[in-house]
Amino acid sequence: MKSHWMCSNMVRCLGDGNTSLQKLATSIVFFFCLSDVSCNSVEQKIYVELNNTVPCVRLLNATHQIGCQSSISGDTGVIHVLESEEDLEWPLSKGPNPPYMVLLESSLFTRSIMMKMKNESNRVAGVAVVVPNTSPPEFSPHTTCPNENTGVYSDNYGPNLAHCNTTVWNPRGNGLSYEEFDFPVFSLKEDNETEFIKQCYLDHNRAVNGSAPQYPLCAMQLFSHMHAVTNTPTCMRRNDINFSINPEMVCDPLGDYNVWGSIRPYNDTVFGHKENESVVIAAARLDSRAFFWEVSTGAEGSVSGFVTLLAAAQALREVTHEAPPTRNILFAFFQGETFDYIGSSRMVYDMENGKFVIDLDNIHSVLEIGQVALHSGNNLFLHSDPVSRRNNTVNDVVREELFSSFFPNVSQPLPPSSLQRFLRAQPIPGIVLADHESAFNNRYYESFYDNAANLNLTYPSDLSPEEQLEFVTHTAESLTDVATVVARALYKQAGGDESRVNTIKADPKIVTQMLYGFLVSSNNSWFQAVMAPELKNILTCVHVLGYLGLHCFVFFCLLEPSPPEYYYLLANLTGAATNLTQSQCQKPDELPNESRQMYSYLWVQGIVPPNSTERDSFCVRASVRLTKAVSPAFELGEYASKDYSTWTESRWKFIKARIFLVASRDLEMLTLGVGVAVLFTSLLVTYFISTKADVLFSSTREPASAAY
Amino acid sequence: MTASVFFGCTFIAFGPAIALFLFTIARDPLRVIFLIAGAFFWLCSLLLSSLVWFITVQISNKESSSQQKGLLIFGVVLSVLLQETCRFGYYKLLKKANEGLLMLSAEETMPISIRQLAYVSGLGFGFMSGAFSMVNILADSVGPGTIGIHGDSQHYFLSSAFMTMAIILLHMFWGVVFFDSCEKQHWWSLAVVVISHLLVSCLTFQNPQYVGSLVPTYIIVFLVGLWAFFCSGGSLRNLKLCLTCKDKDFLLANHRPR
Repeated sequence: MKSHWMCSNMVRCLGDGNTSLQKLATSIVFFFCLSDVSCNSVEQKIYVELNNTVPCVRLLNATHQIGCQSSISGDTGVIHVLESEEDLEWPLSKGPNPPYMVLLESSLFTRSIMMKMKNESNRVAGVAVVVPNTSPPEFSPHTTCPNENTGVYSDNYGPNLAHCNTTVWNPRGNGLSYEEFDFPVFSLKEDNETEFIKQCYLDHNRAVNGSAPQYPLCAMQLFSHMHAVTNTPTCMRRNDINFSINPEMVCDPLGDYNVWGSIRPYNDTVFGHKENESVVIAAARLDSRAFFWEVSTGAEGSVSGFVTLLAAAQALREVTHEAPPTRNILFAFFQGETFDYIGSSRMVYDMENGKFVIDLDNIHSVLEIGQVALHSGNNLFLHSDPVSRRNNTVNDVVREELFSSFFPNVSQPLPPSSLQRFLRAQPIPGIVLADHESAFNNRYYESFYDNAANLNLTYPSDLSPEEQLEFVTHTAESLTDVATVVARALYKQAGGDESRVNTIKADPKIVTQMLYGFLVSSNNSWFQAVMAPELKNILTCVHVLGYLGLHCFVFFCLLEPSPPEYYYLLANLTGAATNLTQSQCQKPDELPNESRQMYSYLWVQGIVPPNSTERDSFCVRASVRLTKAVSPAFELGEYASKDYSTWTESRWKFIKARIFLVASRDLEMLTLGVGVAVLFTSLLVTYFISTKADVLFSSTREPASAAY
Repeated sequence: MTASVFFGCTFIAFGPAIALFLFTIARDPLRVIFLIAGAFFWLCSLLLSSLVWFITVQISNKESSSQQKGLLIFGVVLSVLLQETCRFGYYKLLKKANEGLLMLSAEETMPISIRQLAYVSGLGFGFMSGAFSMVNILADSVGPGTIGIHGDSQHYFLSSAFMTMAIILLHMFWGVVFFDSCEKQHWWSLAVVVISHLLVSCLTFQNPQYVGSLVPTYIIVFLVGLWAFFCSGGSLRNLKLCLTCKDKDFLLANHRPR
């Protein structure tokens, strides 16, 4: 079983991985173009490359494949801009030049239209969705009941609560993300390129007076060939076929790192149960997804939760140093929760098998922060698991946890949350904090539109980016209040000094800076200050040439920042700055009071002081760690597992889109015909001439012997 | 466009050249060698003219389009002159080589006449020129798209193919006329060859009015072809003899293994 990380596809790591010979030839031609000669290469006259496109990729699990696929040499189709659902007749039945490439506005990107096109997929070459800058009223491509088979509710545990029988969490979900399409689906932005495409359609493809449009027609070609097929066991088996030194991988397990930190440090080399150790776990999730690859921000779905938890962690730093609580508090940030709880299932597995610093018996209770940003007024809701609360000890602890007068509905199950995986292992008291009482308030759950606008994150228009970074928005203030409540609750739950609870306050400046960094622009001065210098632009990929393949982090549904960003943030917010130099920071074990086993030492860039240009870098010591978040199914080799997540993402060689004109078949055949005719004629004439050459070219030879 | 356009354009552009090669050159190794040498000389002229082009473009003002157009015209004229110079150089080389070959060979007569050399070298020039004109375009014609999205004419591939066929034939005819006039020291006919080459190259500036460039080019092909026919010993009488099939007795009487 390979224990190192796989890179999801070479394009992300190496740039353009296309190695076909033709590209080599044209690149040689292009070499001459590089010297700034105004090169009118023929290819530039034919094709217009579309640069701002995002594909939909293929994902596989134990039994199915979802997502989109194109053929290996791309899918070409005549462009048709869809105007309404009735207009779908043209590409699906009436149009005379199939296959068609359907261009949709986002208001038409609905389940019914996509399903109709899926059924007639021999006439549909692909779909391009134009994503506007303003969001539609609601759109969620996720299922109505997220993670229904890998949560805690099943036929054995709360059967009446399973499969969203009591509460449908995501009623707006249309399930498009989990459908399989055998044509490519790309998303385009609303910019000049899309205008050009629509203009090309209007110029060439419109039917005039009911007659068929004339050739040449405007067409689009989409390349997004996925290598993996069928399901995860098949593609993992194909990964293992070793024909050559550099085996071709077809898919990679989804996975990344969880980040956890604690108030009191743990020795990173001592695993398993710790005697007399009682821990309160505060959890949040880090990831989100969208229909298209890697464009999700998950503002309400994930950012609201983990930003709140990070702020709460920072709020607790001071008070836990001065008046440490009896129990330890462990902040856990789980990655991959969208795909059947990858991160939390891995942590629970590690705890069960003694591979984590604590185990399940050490857990006193769990407080999870769900989606918390869209609350009207100050209404937050607490969700708990009614089945485990039938156990009195659990119930008592949960009631202790309730830090306001909100009482959760005892007949409602837990929403999809990491706590469900803990409960699957053993009954642990836990609460999930959320802004929704039953169904999600989030109208764009796991969608591209779950962005800053969804949280009403607005800045006054006259601010520079630096000023926007510091400006405390309403959203930031309300999340700060939530963070304060969470921090106080955690401190009380951990048995801290009651008199100091009211001194705990979260810092709104930190909250607003984090919201800016994750939702608006990650390239800001604060993020740069907390990160390490050399990791700033990490491509998250180190190509180890040859055998071992690529070591890197598979980042799915993340923003541009590389995964360790949360790691650095948590370290900076909960850790302490030290006086160590850079070399000491890398080898702290040589110093008497420092130990790598207990802490992580990170060299961060620091801010630029006002009067100089050099950054004030320093060493942060924090009890913050990264742990692997790859599903236990891949550790155990059970690729068809029903208990653990088995999601993998297919690999691909290149993804691109381009538009051009296509000529009619008749003209092409005519060209071929003329060519063959010319060839035959010239063969005949040449044969004739060459056999008669002596006669034809003889006027200088033996003129006297003319028998004529 | 697609494979059919690729093959169609290849056959149009290189059809006559392939036919000529197959039937007249392929069987005689000496002719093949001289063909390839001719192609090489054309390539030398291209190298020289592209060096000059590269340098002048680098030092020119890239923004001014009139300067770039002037540079293009200059490049074309220079390239034509260099090609003809290389043809002359090849002629001189062949003359010298012929004397050497005669000394080495056992036979008394030359194994290959200067007229045949003229034809072969012209065809060599034509092959290489056609390859450089056409291969890049053929490579792009294989894809699914055709020219036109930026408003250019759709008939680019077809007209390029016809133009290339004309150029290959022209190079062959020019070769014959050139060597003949060098043999007979008719410097005026040499000048006419150079001028007609310049004319044909400059006609391509008419593109994308393909009719304006192709029709005069084919007229010139016909005229130069006639001239080459007469230069190489043809006459109307011989043509009539062949076409009316009265040539069998003539052939039997004059049969000589080639």
